[in-house]
Amino acid sequence: MEIKFTHHQSAHCENGVISNLMKHHGFHISEPMAFGIGSGLLFCHIPFLMVNHAPAFTYRALPGIIFKRFAKRVGIKIKREKFKNPQKAKSVLDENLKNNNPVGLQVGVYNLVYFPDEYRFHFNAHNLVVYGKENDTYLISDPVMEDVTTLTDKQLEKVRFAKGAFAPKGHIYYPVDFPKELDLEKAIIKGIKHTCKDMLAPIPVLGVKGIRYTAKLIRKWPKKKGVKKANHYLGQIVRMQEEIGTGGGGFRYIFAAFLQESSKILNKPELSNLSKEMTLIGDSWRDFAVDASRIYKNRSAKEDAYNNVATQLEAIADKEDLFFKKLKKAIK
Amino acid sequence: MKKEEVPQDKSNLESANFKELCYAVDENGEYTTVNSSGWDPKTIALNKAIEDINERVEDAKQRVLNNQTSSIEYYMEFHKMDLQILASYVGLWKWRVKRHFNPKVFNKLSKKVLQKYADVFDVSIDQLKNIELHGN
Repeated sequence: MEIKFTHHQSAHCENGVISNLMKHHGFHISEPMAFGIGSGLLFCHIPFLMVNHAPAFTYRALPGIIFKRFAKRVGIKIKREKFKNPQKAKSVLDENLKNNNPVGLQVGVYNLVYFPDEYRFHFNAHNLVVYGKENDTYLISDPVMEDVTTLTDKQLEKVRFAKGAFAPKGHIYYPVDFPKELDLEKAIIKGIKHTCKDMLAPIPVLGVKGIRYTAKLIRKWPKKKGVKKANHYLGQIVRMQEEIGTGGGGFRYIFAAFLQESSKILNKPELSNLSKEMTLIGDSWRDFAVDASRIYKNRSAKEDAYNNVATQLEAIADKEDLFFKKLKKAIK
Repeated sequence: MKKEEVPQDKSNLESANFKELCYAVDENGEYTTVNSSGWDPKTIALNKAIEDINERVEDAKQRVLNNQTSSIEYYMEFHKMDLQILASYVGLWKWRVKRHFNPKVFNKLSKKVLQKYADVFDVSIDQLKNIELHGN
């Protein structure tokens, strides 16, 4: 059976699933709106965690949290379930499809066969929608893909029960209860306030302070870790920034698009100006990625080059510091 | 980023025949979405990461052939795993998996444990014991 479901491509998986599921239920929520209300924007150097043998950085909120916050702020209810037993997980999924309910799933990327090989790492916080089943094949709407695709039940079981950090454990979720009207205005303000709070948090690894901390680490890497590791670590920063589907300082641009949309809804022209400013900050992140990529492309580890990108990062931190202080004022 | 500036470089996305979505500003300053075929700095970072993995695999392979480690380490690297990920896939403690890297310990493993590893790596027990059979 196939549920009538419209697939829209998005830049990032979690926002895309929220946006697509909401549209399915008749609420027009764009991807940036989902991202902004869910306070997706962040910077964090995650201490003690190594991913692919390099320190872990994130440019967005932890998996699952964006949807959770979004739901709470606009007043919808989500049902979530995790499973120990793959059989049970499958029967709950089938039951929902039978009831004409498309569902979101958290999956691991490593065994996702339709992804290019090069992108298949052990990353367990990818999201997609299942909107039907024909014999043993599930119909999949993966928001970062241009078109819908399919997975056999074996393939789907494998990605739903991937292991490692953030193991999905068959995680299934879908909205169950909607208010008559979504109160977007209040939700937007809450979302922005939360993002400002995170980015300006007095915690060394988080937000603007986190960016400065990372810059400091970059300066130390060539001496402390040697050329090879330093280059590998720097590559990791860029890869996390440019994760699949977020090309070019991606999350900053999505946030700018959110501010632009919000300025119309709230009738606050200053948000539109701040959106322009955020676009420029996104451009600075891009420039940083270009220069960083030059370093690891040439395999050089001149301390100059490292100091140079670190300085760039510090400049970005200053800009974001100023930006979020202004944004905080604008929303008061 | 302006609409025209959305990068259209060659990348690994080509092999899967898809383009990713980017947010950019149009001539009137309004946000819109544009498809991108890829971006060099990102492609370089990704290729570099893959190169590193291949190096790790090759290194592990040599050490297996020199009898310095067991084939489990080779298969682990081949599947882009680290100790933690492998341990959670086979359902054993990390220290046990690490112990199985020792060729002497590995040679004494029971069939049951070997089968666990073989299932995770999607190979036969013969292939698990002899990495030269891998990929044939």
